[in-house]
Amino acid sequence: MSRNSDRLSGVDRPENEAQLERIRGSHPSRVGVGRTGSRPRTETLLEFRLDHAKARDAVTTHVSPKLVEELGLVGVQSRATSKTEYLADPGQGRDISDETADSVRQQCTMQPQVQIVVSDGLSSTAVEANVPDLLPVLLDGLADRGLDVGTPIFVEYGRVDVMDAIGEELDANCCVNLIGERPGLATNESLSAYFVYGPERGGATADKSVISNIHRDGIPPVEAGAEIAAVLEELCETKRNGFDTESR
Amino acid sequence: MSSGETAYTAVFDGIQHEFDSLQSVLAKANERKSGDKLAGIAATSSAERIAAKDVISRLTLETLYENPVVPVADDEVTRTIREGICEETYEEIADWTVADLREFLLDESTGDEEIRTLRGGLTSEMIAAVTKIMSNMDLVVAASKMTVVARCNNTIGTEGTVSFRLQPNDPSDDTENILHSVREGLSYGVGDAVIGINPVSDDVAQVKELLRATAEFIDRWDVPTQNCVLAHITTQMDAVRDGAPADLLFQSIAGTERGNREFGIDVGLLDDAAELGQNRCQAEGPNVMYFETGQGAELSNDAHEGVDQLTLEARCYGLAREYDPFLVNTVVGFIGPEYLYDGEQVIRAGLEDVFMGKLHGLPMGIDACYTNHTNADQNDIENLAVLLTAAGSNFFITVPMGDDVMLNYQSNSFHDGPALRTLFDLQAAPEFEVWLEEMGITDDGQLTDRAGDQTIFTDP
Repeated sequence: MSRNSDRLSGVDRPENEAQLERIRGSHPSRVGVGRTGSRPRTETLLEFRLDHAKARDAVTTHVSPKLVEELGLVGVQSRATSKTEYLADPGQGRDISDETADSVRQQCTMQPQVQIVVSDGLSSTAVEANVPDLLPVLLDGLADRGLDVGTPIFVEYGRVDVMDAIGEELDANCCVNLIGERPGLATNESLSAYFVYGPERGGATADKSVISNIHRDGIPPVEAGAEIAAVLEELCETKRNGFDTESR
Repeated sequence: MSSGETAYTAVFDGIQHEFDSLQSVLAKANERKSGDKLAGIAATSSAERIAAKDVISRLTLETLYENPVVPVADDEVTRTIREGICEETYEEIADWTVADLREFLLDESTGDEEIRTLRGGLTSEMIAAVTKIMSNMDLVVAASKMTVVARCNNTIGTEGTVSFRLQPNDPSDDTENILHSVREGLSYGVGDAVIGINPVSDDVAQVKELLRATAEFIDRWDVPTQNCVLAHITTQMDAVRDGAPADLLFQSIAGTERGNREFGIDVGLLDDAAELGQNRCQAEGPNVMYFETGQGAELSNDAHEGVDQLTLEARCYGLAREYDPFLVNTVVGFIGPEYLYDGEQVIRAGLEDVFMGKLHGLPMGIDACYTNHTNADQNDIENLAVLLTAAGSNFFITVPMGDDVMLNYQSNSFHDGPALRTLFDLQAAPEFEVWLEEMGITDDGQLTDRAGDQTIFTDP
């Protein structure tokens, strides 16, 4: 039995088809999607579920150890020991254990001007999608500026403030944390760069400056790498948090 | 089960469970919530959780009245709740146990009238306590008995109706985009609770513009509803003083004085807002206030005073009822997995919140929602919406296809409005129902071919 094609709902025969097409083409929300009975069309439903599935995967998957190695990052874990603990208790993601601190001090350059930290945050997908393009540009930019850069570190289960603990242990002048943002349905690849001058444990997240929305449809990673280098130079010169957005 | 020597002891199978304070036993009696664990006050085993429930069930209402979780001297929310209590009603039930209250609420001879008679004697702590010893279906059954009607430009909460907030948020506050979402929602029959926008920018000029645009649209199409722009209350007050056409004034509230301070408000400011609303809002009223709440807000602002998130949520409702609001809703899954970890916890909290709100006598609704780092999905909040329609929730939040592209979270879809009305044989708010029929969006309550087509609202 075939479905009776006479059963059409509103948007199949809109009052103003041109208008509806125009709205659909430019509107950021899922409007003009139609319905079957009181429920969404199958295509609309599955598109929505796919976008959410990608967001969930960004939260729950891990950055591949191979990528960490390829990028030359020293891999460590925050105090959180699993995704579950990390999500349920954010405080665990803001610090590292004493043993991890010892190993960080042994493996990394002490007292750098700039310490780079990469964290999975809430999207490992964002790290995998952006950091391979961003990091080389950032490192080149910092080298061109003659800044002394420490050994870049990857933190699994890391929150923004984990850079305070790492920066404090290594006695860094300033830190940047390249961290996966909480994914939305529009993109699961968005990365942020948080900055702190004079890192020490207990510093407030709100006092840190940030460049957010780094992804291919936002600030492209290569462009972001150059911007981040400029901001870090400014932090080293002004010796304080915050940067002049005009210079971006 | 047998009781031990002190008020806060339970003995099961020869094992004694002791609780060192009322605050502690209230916290440990909660169903599992990540937020209580994060605060370090949750039960450490399933048996301890039930032991705490057992202790709670034997407490008298007097004990809860005499021992507010935050002392009277320290907290204006406690004082506001206390001052609102009808002493005479309270005296009549002071010697009831919490178990007595549960069984009263569920008794077949108890209906809306009987609960209404009792309501003035109940503090938020009593309501929180009884919630802790109720199962999910208990909460649905008891909540479904209560009818709370509120009136602004239209009437919501009357028996046989369910209403929906149309939430047309836009990531750039673009007026045209917002109006297209409004048209879309109305074409599905939602928007009778409020057309309520969360603005990106908390700015008086922006709030005025969005109020003007929505008021103009409502006026053009004679929509029997109300508008609201959910900026900070002080921003809305400035806009209204400046002549902006607002029907409702909105604010997020907390269950402690310190929590409210973190939101930039206190009781005095809410009093001023309510007075301004009565004098200057364009709505017919008399109910012109709109509040949002949500378990965990106090803990996230480090203002929980050692109290569990359910009890603090109840105190939000105790505060809200002083202002005879038109709408109150919990934004149940917005806060994240460190407070409500997954779909199961979100659903439980949603049932608790709507029950507690209604028992306080509030026109209670819900934003059944989740963020992408919570272990939940659209199925969970569709389940919750079905349960809470059965429970007689006054309204739900709806957004286009469940996806709020400004706040970056998911809630119920416009589609869920007609689905829930059909499932439970319910109508929209009466004035709005008539309008839907006149607009040809519904015919005899059923969606027509025009429904879902937002271009029916195009001017020729």
